[in-house]
Amino acid sequence: MTTNEILAQLPYGKSFLFVDELLQIDENGAVGTFTYDKGLSFYESHFKNHPVTPAVILTETMAQIGLVCLGIYLLKDIDQDVSIAMTSNAIDFLKPVYPGEKVTVTSEKIYFRFNKLSCKVKMENTAGEVVCKGNISGMLISKNNG
Amino acid sequence: MNKEQIIENLKTIVQPYSEETSALAHIDENTDFINDLKINSANLVDIILDIEEKFNIEIDNDSMAKMLNVKATTEIIAAKLEARAGQ
Repeated sequence: MTTNEILAQLPYGKSFLFVDELLQIDENGAVGTFTYDKGLSFYESHFKNHPVTPAVILTETMAQIGLVCLGIYLLKDIDQDVSIAMTSNAIDFLKPVYPGEKVTVTSEKIYFRFNKLSCKVKMENTAGEVVCKGNISGMLISKNNG
Repeated sequence: MNKEQIIENLKTIVQPYSEETSALAHIDENTDFINDLKINSANLVDIILDIEEKFNIEIDNDSMAKMLNVKATTEIIAAKLEARAGQ
């Protein structure tokens, strides 16, 4: 399965897609990038006159690259029609991410059992500094079975 | 390890994953993880992984699918422990 095929299967619309490129993917993890466009709508209000990328968006970015892309890859031979629900996360936020910044997300699989995928994730800025890191888990649910 | 001891261990494992204090206090063979303890499927996986670690056994997909209440779970753990002891 190519990285482009994985990107094509992501279920997000344009305004909530936080993956630009998938640089690397295998059984054990994924690496991808995203650039936060200065025109993203949340910068107008988070915060007033002081735009900073919200922590929930950083978490979502790590989940889309680290958990969902990896989940689609892991299920490539089993079921193409799958959705992934984030079930828990524990993230430390170390540095702010400002409008226009490009980030790289790296995820390592901790385990994938009984349809639950648990990953160790980290996000780095272009200076190579870790901006946030932690664990994210999700359940892979076949759409056919609800 | 007898059945009562297995259930005692199960109680400790399950506790962090449920907010149902009254159901937790009265765990017995008839307790259902989903209906009584309101445990979701993601946390059910964590419970199975904790069981594997605590009892040093391996749970396969078929067993996992049956482990929805205390009775079935206790029986599966007991069978796995017995199989291991017989090796």
